[in-house]
Amino acid sequence: MYLTNSEKRYLNLSIFRLSGAIRMFEAKVTVQLKKGISDPEGANTLKAIHLLGFTKVQQVKTIRTFDLIIGGVDKNQVKNDIEQICQRLLTNPVIHHYEIAVEEKK
Amino acid sequence: MIASYIINVTFKKTRYTGDAFIIRPKAETMKLKDINIAIIRIEGTNCEQESYDAFKRLGANPEFVHLKQLLHIDCIADETREILDYHCLMIPGGFSAGDYIRAGAIFAARIKSQLQRQLVEFVKQDRPILGVCNGFQVLIELGLLPGFDEIIHPIPDACLYLNDSNRFECRPTLLKHENRGTCVFTAKIQKNEIRLIPSAHAEGKLLFPLEKQEQYLNKLEKHDQIVFRYVDPEGNYAGYPWNPNGSPMNVAGICNPQGTVFGMMPHPERTYYRHQHSDWTGTQLGQNIGDGRAIFESVLAYLSKKF
Repeated sequence: MYLTNSEKRYLNLSIFRLSGAIRMFEAKVTVQLKKGISDPEGANTLKAIHLLGFTKVQQVKTIRTFDLIIGGVDKNQVKNDIEQICQRLLTNPVIHHYEIAVEEKK
Repeated sequence: MIASYIINVTFKKTRYTGDAFIIRPKAETMKLKDINIAIIRIEGTNCEQESYDAFKRLGANPEFVHLKQLLHIDCIADETREILDYHCLMIPGGFSAGDYIRAGAIFAARIKSQLQRQLVEFVKQDRPILGVCNGFQVLIELGLLPGFDEIIHPIPDACLYLNDSNRFECRPTLLKHENRGTCVFTAKIQKNEIRLIPSAHAEGKLLFPLEKQEQYLNKLEKHDQIVFRYVDPEGNYAGYPWNPNGSPMNVAGICNPQGTVFGMMPHPERTYYRHQHSDWTGTQLGQNIGDGRAIFESVLAYLSKKF
């Protein structure tokens, strides 16, 4: 039987989970623009908010969050993994900085 | 289920082994039809047909290659390909993987996942890589451009960020050729020549880390890595709308220090013929040569000399 890569990965994880070695964690990654980088999306939203009559609004920033459910041995290892994910895919260090919050899933 | 999983792992195909795929340089120049060009596509790429046609019309041997064929995922043995079987790679424009996360980020991550070593080898052998529009974004996200100190930076050194106008800018743009001869893709274009090549992008503003912006731009200039800059019809570096995205120093295209990896935001394949220019009815067609053709001609001339 032929399995795709994602199926293999899922199967792999399930095997580890059943054996009890892997705990599951919920992680929240918040990605923000660095200071000094223009935020055209926020500026445009602010304009529209003003047009709707809410003229007291002074600033709008766009922030992105990614919720991840991830298996790992402990919190530190999970944090390291997510750090890698951020550096390699979720953020570009030229314009972004990020924060990671990890909690064990009950 | 588990048994089959184990079998799958044990009989995993052997991958790249080293020098098995190196194409040895020949004594005489290579014929155009022997030049293999891979036009890499995944979901959401566009203009690959125009790019294919451009190479084909000039007599080369282009081929559409899906990324999965290079990664050996979900395809039969006959369909699998190796990067090092090709002389030139082209990453076309578009909205790969829906531009999710950032433009080009997912395409770049997929390439990096398995092909990094082969890609480094490819660049080391001075084989050219062209990235147009989304392809440029992929090259930046891959860390292949600007490529100051090493061939692939593990973390990108630059970013193509949202246009200042926060809009998708789609119109003909004028580009001044600034390269002093490093870039192999523009050897047939005179320095300071102005060419009309259309732009169509929402994220084309080249950014470097803010504190190093000046330093990096100077470095680009010093290493002769700036290839095209946006200008107005008089050849002055002008602001919006001549510069559609607000790029610093009006940069439209850059290459790596060796000149073999080249990325540009405008689409040269869209002006292969003169009749594809928006103003062609007001002028003579002549030999019907568009402003973008020289880029494809230059790289083929380089390849036929090199291999």
